[in-house]
Amino acid sequence: MTLLQLFFLFVSAVILGSAVMVVSTRKMLHAAFWLILALFGVAVIFVLLQASFFAVVQVVIYIGAIAILILFAVMLTRRVMADVGPQVIRAWWLAGIAAALLCAVLVWLLSSWNGFTASLPPLPQRGDPIAELGQALVSPNAFALPFEVASVLLLAALVGAIYIAWERKGK
Amino acid sequence: MIPLSWFLILAAALFCIGLYGVLARKNAIGILMGVELMLNAVNINLLAFWRYRTPAETAGPAFVVIVFAVAAAEVAVGLALIISAYRRRNTVIADEIDLLKG
Amino acid sequence: MNFLLDPVNAIANWLRTLFLGWGVPPDVASFLLSLLGAGILATGAMLWVIFLIWYERKLLGRIQDRFGPNRLGPWGVFQPIADMLKIFTKEYITPQGADKFLYNLAPVLSVASVLMMWVVVPFAVTIYGVDLNVGILYIVAVGALGELAIIMAGLSSNNKYAMLGAFRVVAQLISYEVPMVISLLVPVMLARTMSMNGLVIAQDAWYLFTAPLAALIFMITQVAEVGRAPFDLVEAESEIVAGYNIEYSGLKFGMFYVAEFLHAFTVSLIFATVFLGGWRGPSAEQMPILGFLYYAVKVAIVYFIFILLRGSLPRFRIDQMMDLNWKLLTPLSIAVLAVSAVVDKLLQSIPVFWNHLALFAANVVILWISMTILNRRFRREQTRVAGLEARPARAVQEHISA
Repeated sequence: MTLLQLFFLFVSAVILGSAVMVVSTRKMLHAAFWLILALFGVAVIFVLLQASFFAVVQVVIYIGAIAILILFAVMLTRRVMADVGPQVIRAWWLAGIAAALLCAVLVWLLSSWNGFTASLPPLPQRGDPIAELGQALVSPNAFALPFEVASVLLLAALVGAIYIAWERKGK
Repeated sequence: MIPLSWFLILAAALFCIGLYGVLARKNAIGILMGVELMLNAVNINLLAFWRYRTPAETAGPAFVVIVFAVAAAEVAVGLALIISAYRRRNTVIADEIDLLKG
Repeated sequence: MNFLLDPVNAIANWLRTLFLGWGVPPDVASFLLSLLGAGILATGAMLWVIFLIWYERKLLGRIQDRFGPNRLGPWGVFQPIADMLKIFTKEYITPQGADKFLYNLAPVLSVASVLMMWVVVPFAVTIYGVDLNVGILYIVAVGALGELAIIMAGLSSNNKYAMLGAFRVVAQLISYEVPMVISLLVPVMLARTMSMNGLVIAQDAWYLFTAPLAALIFMITQVAEVGRAPFDLVEAESEIVAGYNIEYSGLKFGMFYVAEFLHAFTVSLIFATVFLGGWRGPSAEQMPILGFLYYAVKVAIVYFIFILLRGSLPRFRIDQMMDLNWKLLTPLSIAVLAVSAVVDKLLQSIPVFWNHLALFAANVVILWISMTILNRRFRREQTRVAGLEARPARAVQEHISA
């Protein structure tokens, strides 16, 4: 059990523990902060996968924007949801069984694949992975079309969110 | 040193915990948090497969970039919808927003 | 001679040989050295804040035609130490119903996020914490953690005013992140790298000259990000009732205070690195200590400008701040990015001097166009207000029925 493996187990325990707290804690505010801890753990996992760019992007986008947005929403809807009563539906045990079943099926399915226990291949010696990613995202042979569609999606989301949340002051 | 299976099991577990959150939570914002967990599990999966199978290509990271963008867009619109519904119906419990119920 | 030229690395190598001589395995020795370096950097930054507080108060005093602190010690240099002792000995009053863990974590996270920015700053060609290849993005990410600390402070204080104050601050901070990141993209694009040391090495001509508008937008947004005047609505001394740190006392408040000063200095470090050429100067590559000296001079100039801004500009209202951001800075920064990209790509093959001149000219053209547009709108607003003032009753009647 090398140091790296121990570290991975520790980080996974943090992620899965905070995820369980997110879906089971009573107060929404605490759930939001547990979500932030889980997202931070996922950023550390990205570093372990030698995708440092994505670790930083995860912190910027998820923790710096999405989590703050969720916190804003929790606070704006705090008055009516005084966090009393059960926070899960009555048939929560059914949802738990479904989730556990799905997890078991996924792991069983993957374990019967021969690449499941693959070990780490060496990183190819090449120039700048971020520059290559940038090139791939705008090159017409690679992923320019999904990139453009994603930007249209973001524009639609921007316009839609503003329109939905705009309070019309009796015009 | 860390076999691929560990990352995949972590991603599967995170996905299923997120799924439980989506199915079992009453509060609409809680459901959204479950969806975020699921999207993060998908990202871990994509990057793990990229690193262990085809580290020389850029399809994995490009897909992850798209997933990031989609997640951000979806959270923004989802929260706008939730707050708009809260203003009208004064509730965020998903069960109580049932005007269209037959 | 080597020690004089590059003291940090000389000491590090001597310590490493010492550890290896004691039989410590090499990666543990590297780890211990990194730990020592991080500790020294963090402690040094915190001790430096003491000098910064004195410098700012003295300079602000002089700008306002008064002396500033001058009683404790020569020129009042011991004043911050007296302030520190006072803050250390104040009582911690935790409000009832406050979320204890988050309440205590917020000031720690606030200072930690600023100290984490010091890791990627290159003080000389060989003196830096770590040369991440995503250094610029790392700085943006760590700034986001600082915003999280503010929201944590506001939400856990069990105080409506703290919560509202925290939301206003965070709304301002996340709004100003947009032009900040876009204007940071211009030097990154010109240097073809995101690493801080790479940015410094690529600055044969300072980016202040080839991207002056981006530098201006970056400076304005960073003043807003730190929460200094003229953007200090959210922690203004005259409106502190609505601030997010109202429920904090003693050293916890002291940590927020230190975090703000240190953030202002860190921002000048980053500005000097990205736009003023960092440690570059004559023969700075051979003699790292000279590079450190050049860098110190540049950072001092930028920090001086920040204090000048604080002492001379009145405060913005929150709606003026938001207008400035979304209606001026964001479109301007996008225009600068697009035009700089096009000019840089088109003129890639011509000699370097004309390339830089063309970029400078493009920036000047964008500035001129935006100033013309703003001027026209200002004139229209002036005539409209003058028309309203000339006939007050009629104007009000028209306004109501319109």
